[in-house]
Amino acid sequence: MGNAKQLYYDVEKCLGCRSCEIACAVAHSISRDLFKALQEEALSLPRKRVLGASGKNYPVSCRHCKDPKCVDACMAQALVYDKEKSQVIHDETRCVGCWMCVMVCPYGAIRPNKKTKIPLRCDKCKDKDEPACVAACPTGAIIYIEEEELAKK
Amino acid sequence: MSDVKNKSIDLATQEVLQKARDENIKTAWDRLEQQQPQCGFGELGVCCTVCNMGPCRIDPFGEGAQVGVCGANADTIAARNLVRKIAVGASAHSDHGRDVAHAIALVNKTHSPASAGHSHDYEIMDVEKLKALAREFNVDTAQPDEKIARETSQKLLAEFGRQDGELVFTKRAPKKRREIWKKLNIIPRGIDREVVELLHTTTMGVDNDYKNLIATGMRCALSDGWGGSMVATDVQDIILGSPEPIRGKVNLGVLKENCVNIVVHGHEPVLSEMAVRASQDPELIKLAKSKGAEGINLAGICCTANEVLMRHGIAVAGNFLQQELAIITGAVEVMMVDVQCIMPALQEVASCYHTKLITTNSKARFPGVIHVEFRPEQAYETAKEIIRAGIENFSLRDKARVNIPKHEMDLVAGFTKEVIFQILGGRYRATYKPLNEAIISGRLRGLAGVVGCCNPKQVHDYFHTTLVKELIKRDVLVLQTGCSAIACAKQGLLVPEAAKEYAGKGLQEICAAVGIPPVLHLGSCVDNSRILTAASHIITEGGLGEDLSDIPAAGCAPEWMSEKAITIGFYFVASGVYTIFGASPFATLGSRNLTNYLTRELEGVVGARFDFCDDPIKMAELMIAHIDKKRKALHLKPAMYQED
Repeated sequence: MGNAKQLYYDVEKCLGCRSCEIACAVAHSISRDLFKALQEEALSLPRKRVLGASGKNYPVSCRHCKDPKCVDACMAQALVYDKEKSQVIHDETRCVGCWMCVMVCPYGAIRPNKKTKIPLRCDKCKDKDEPACVAACPTGAIIYIEEEELAKK
Repeated sequence: MSDVKNKSIDLATQEVLQKARDENIKTAWDRLEQQQPQCGFGELGVCCTVCNMGPCRIDPFGEGAQVGVCGANADTIAARNLVRKIAVGASAHSDHGRDVAHAIALVNKTHSPASAGHSHDYEIMDVEKLKALAREFNVDTAQPDEKIARETSQKLLAEFGRQDGELVFTKRAPKKRREIWKKLNIIPRGIDREVVELLHTTTMGVDNDYKNLIATGMRCALSDGWGGSMVATDVQDIILGSPEPIRGKVNLGVLKENCVNIVVHGHEPVLSEMAVRASQDPELIKLAKSKGAEGINLAGICCTANEVLMRHGIAVAGNFLQQELAIITGAVEVMMVDVQCIMPALQEVASCYHTKLITTNSKARFPGVIHVEFRPEQAYETAKEIIRAGIENFSLRDKARVNIPKHEMDLVAGFTKEVIFQILGGRYRATYKPLNEAIISGRLRGLAGVVGCCNPKQVHDYFHTTLVKELIKRDVLVLQTGCSAIACAKQGLLVPEAAKEYAGKGLQEICAAVGIPPVLHLGSCVDNSRILTAASHIITEGGLGEDLSDIPAAGCAPEWMSEKAITIGFYFVASGVYTIFGASPFATLGSRNLTNYLTRELEGVVGARFDFCDDPIKMAELMIAHIDKKRKALHLKPAMYQED
């Protein structure tokens, strides 16, 4: 319980190709196909961004903190922390688009979708075995593993 | 086997691929897997590496960077990337044309029956074609043949360096088409010039208008189709012989267990032509027998194969994706390569066997690989040297590792624009009339050019053959070149008997009347120029409109991979032929404007457009819908035997 897999990054391996961004957007599109996704009326957007700082590249998406500031800050109670899944769950139907989660996130990992007025965040690709970004990474810089397993490495 | 069955529909390929798996030898299919995931920015054409302020990428999902450091947007970046590929493809074909245009100056005699099979030099094999070509260039044809050849060679070479005016071959196009080119200012002036100018326009800070980039790209592509490629085809016919229908065999089964197997691979046939002759050299055959072989067996891969098949009926070992597999049979003594489509991986694969990889062209070398430089003046000696190396290598073959698949198929090749004349009209009333009348009456629904490469992203040979079967079933006569022709040949579509099994009633009647296959093999990829000239003859004959874009015809490249395919696509579209690409589309989808321009608006500009389609039956539907649209525009009756 509470020990689901999380996304980790080996920043030494990240070359900043942003393939994870593309894979993320495609995974959250209707067609789930790159070429077709670009023809969709509402363009899917990546929930992950690769940011560069001091010569290194950092893929950034929701860390699914155990003590999530965003959940506390959410006035509409659209955000809840699911302990079993070790994941912050976003109920888009309740979200009012106040951007408080965007502001309080210590990682800057929540992305405001200005068109839909709803923030975008990593959902670990919900029902998939692993998030799409993991398979998309050509250098294996994205690691999907339990926290305990990572500690053993 | 279940895994290899998903890779190719060709049984020989499946078998040898399994052998590769068992022996742990990596092929293109494995390397494709290793390359996953492939970069989405590259796939969409929105990665720019033109200048050192980059590399820059445009965010295809709209919120990230929409312009590069210089300010170029997705339209400019995708268009520049695309037309650069046109320049490279045109360079490949045209440089090939240049080499053979040089070779024609070397001929010093005309072929006679007495010299047949004994000559070690290039000869004028088709005097009529030489004279016809000379007349086009205003060369005096009353002088001795070799003088005509030399003067024509000079005129042809001058086409490459020409600075202005129009390429002479563009005069072969119908008047109306030439007027369109003139109006758009895309009539090619010089073969080399168009490549250089196109590349210039794509450097940092020159052309930023994607429509203008495409126009410059089309002019360059036309300098290939109605220039470099046409030079290559015509000159090769003159010095190597104009093809005539000929039977041959195809697939890896043509390799012979008890013979010295020499595989020629690449695109320029001037040396492999001599290899054909040298393989029949009594001295070399004797040497081969002294080493315990039954003889010398020559086979080809890719377009070099198509060239020697078309003219001599030399067996084809396979198409592009089978180059590694030929070596993996363990039975190839020498693979002799010239230029284009030669996988760098061959060196590694060859090192797993006794096979000697031999490069022959200074433009295409591998580090550490034996190089025997081809010089046209000593072509025969060079060919002999290479074959001798193969014979010497025969004893090093590890018999335990030899496994040649049994699969081979008959085919008929050797169709040209001249032969289509003769077959349909008869030698003494050579005319396109019967072909035109067949289309007008609706016995033939129309024509389709199905060309291009293989690509491991597709199930090998599947798209080509499924598409072609559907087209002929619906009374469309299919013209093929390159690896696409080899794919269909392997599935038995290039024999006259295929008409009965696969063709619609109308096409069957024609095939039965004149004894041709429902799918005609026109040669190598430079021989796509034959399709252009054949189409021009159709217009001249009359009854099917005034422009190439009026003909009920469509083109496609189902399993394409090469830059050359893009260039061919562009010269077809710029010539008025609706053209569809399979496998994956051009890397332009990152620019909605450019994609829209290519797939829609271009029709209003040059009378034809591109389409992209990833399903063979759907592609056939698109082509047939286009053919029917053109039939309707010409006020022709619907196809005679087709209800749909």
